[in-house]
Amino acid sequence: MSLYQLSKLLFELNRDTALQAEFTADAQAVTTRYDLSDEERGAVIDGDIGLLYVLGVNGQILMHFAAFRQIAWADYLQRMRDGVRIHGPVRAGIYAMTTGLDEKVAGV
Amino acid sequence: MTLVFTGICSHGPGITGRADLAPPELRDPFFAAYHAMRDALHAARPDAVVIVAAEHFANFFMNNMPSFAIGMADGYEGPIEDPDWLRIPHRRVRGDAALSQAIIAEVQQSVDVAYAEEWKFDHGIMVPLSFLDPDNKLTVIPANINCQGPPLAPLHRAWAFGEALRRAADAVPQRIALIATGGISHWPATPDSGRINEEWDREFLRRWATGDKAALLDYTDAGTYAEAGQGGFEIRTLIAAAAAARGPGTVHFFAPIPIFSTGCFVATAEIA
Repeated sequence: MSLYQLSKLLFELNRDTALQAEFTADAQAVTTRYDLSDEERGAVIDGDIGLLYVLGVNGQILMHFAAFRQIAWADYLQRMRDGVRIHGPVRAGIYAMTTGLDEKVAGV
Repeated sequence: MTLVFTGICSHGPGITGRADLAPPELRDPFFAAYHAMRDALHAARPDAVVIVAAEHFANFFMNNMPSFAIGMADGYEGPIEDPDWLRIPHRRVRGDAALSQAIIAEVQQSVDVAYAEEWKFDHGIMVPLSFLDPDNKLTVIPANINCQGPPLAPLHRAWAFGEALRRAADAVPQRIALIATGGISHWPATPDSGRINEEWDREFLRRWATGDKAALLDYTDAGTYAEAGQGGFEIRTLIAAAAAARGPGTVHFFAPIPIFSTGCFVATAEIA
C-alpha cells in the first residue's frame, strides 16, 4: 500500500491543468510515474471514488478529484457509501465514515 | 497603521456550488450576513486583506507541509476546482509582494512561517472572496494554517500566529484587514457531509466572541475529532483571528445548513 504516492498523484492532478489534460489523454501513462499498487492504479484510472475513499485518500483531495471528473455531489457521496459497502471500512487516514450506509444526513 | 478589520466566516464549497439546494429561509439570511460583512470590510478601506485560510491541498502537501505559510506574490489565481462545480469563475487576484515581505519579516520575529511566491486559491479562499469581493478589487495576502494533514500545530501556536499577524499589521503603514475562514464542526467531503454538531459550534462561537484565550485553547485534537470531525481542526484559523483582534466578537449569523456540509457563520471582532 502506498497511500502517500496515491494521494500525491491526486494532489498534483487536482491543481495542474496540464497534467489533467495529460491524464485525460492517457491516464495509464500518468499513473506509471507514481509507485502505486495495482489496486491503487486501477482505482485512479477507473475513477473509482468508492475504492479511493476506502484506501484512505484524504476527503479534501478526493472531493477535488471528483469535481475534476465531473461527478455530481450526490453521486460522489453515494459512490463513497457504495465503496464502503463493497470494500469494507476506510483503511487509513482521518476521513473514516461515521454515518450509516443508508444514512443521508443532508438529504443526498 | 493598526489592524482595521477582523472577521471570520465559513467557506464550504457547497455554499456556492450547491446554493440552489439550500432552504431559502436559511440560505438568504446567511448570504445577507456575508454581504453585510462585505460592506463593513470595504468601509474599513483596507489597503490589503490578509485571509487566514485552511487550504485543502491546493498548494501544500505532505512532502513539505508548513504549519504556517504566507503568500508573497503580486498575484494569485483560483479556484483550482472546476469553476462549474464551485460556481465561481476563475479569476486572478491582486497581491502585493513587497507588503507580504514586510508582514512576513515581522511575523518571523515570533513564528517560523513559510512563504510562497506561488499560491493557487481553492474554495477556502474563493468562496469568501466571491461574497466579500465580487468585483475583484481587493489586494489579498493569503495565509495558511495546516488544518488538513496531521500532525498539526498545537492551538497555542495558532494563537501565536494570530498575535504575530496583528503585530505585523500594526507595524506596516498600510491599512490591513484580516479575514479568517474555516469550519467549526463538520465532516466534509465524506458520506457524513452534512453532519454538524450544533451544540459544539455554538459553544465554540461563544468562546470566540469572548476572546477568552484559555477557553479557546482548551480543546484537544482528539476531542475535536470525536465531537467535531476532521473539519473541526480548522478552528485554528478562527483562533488566530481572535488573537489578532484582541477584542470581543459579534456573531452576526450562525445556522447549521447540512447541504453546505457545515454550520454557517459570519462574525466580526473589535480591534482592541
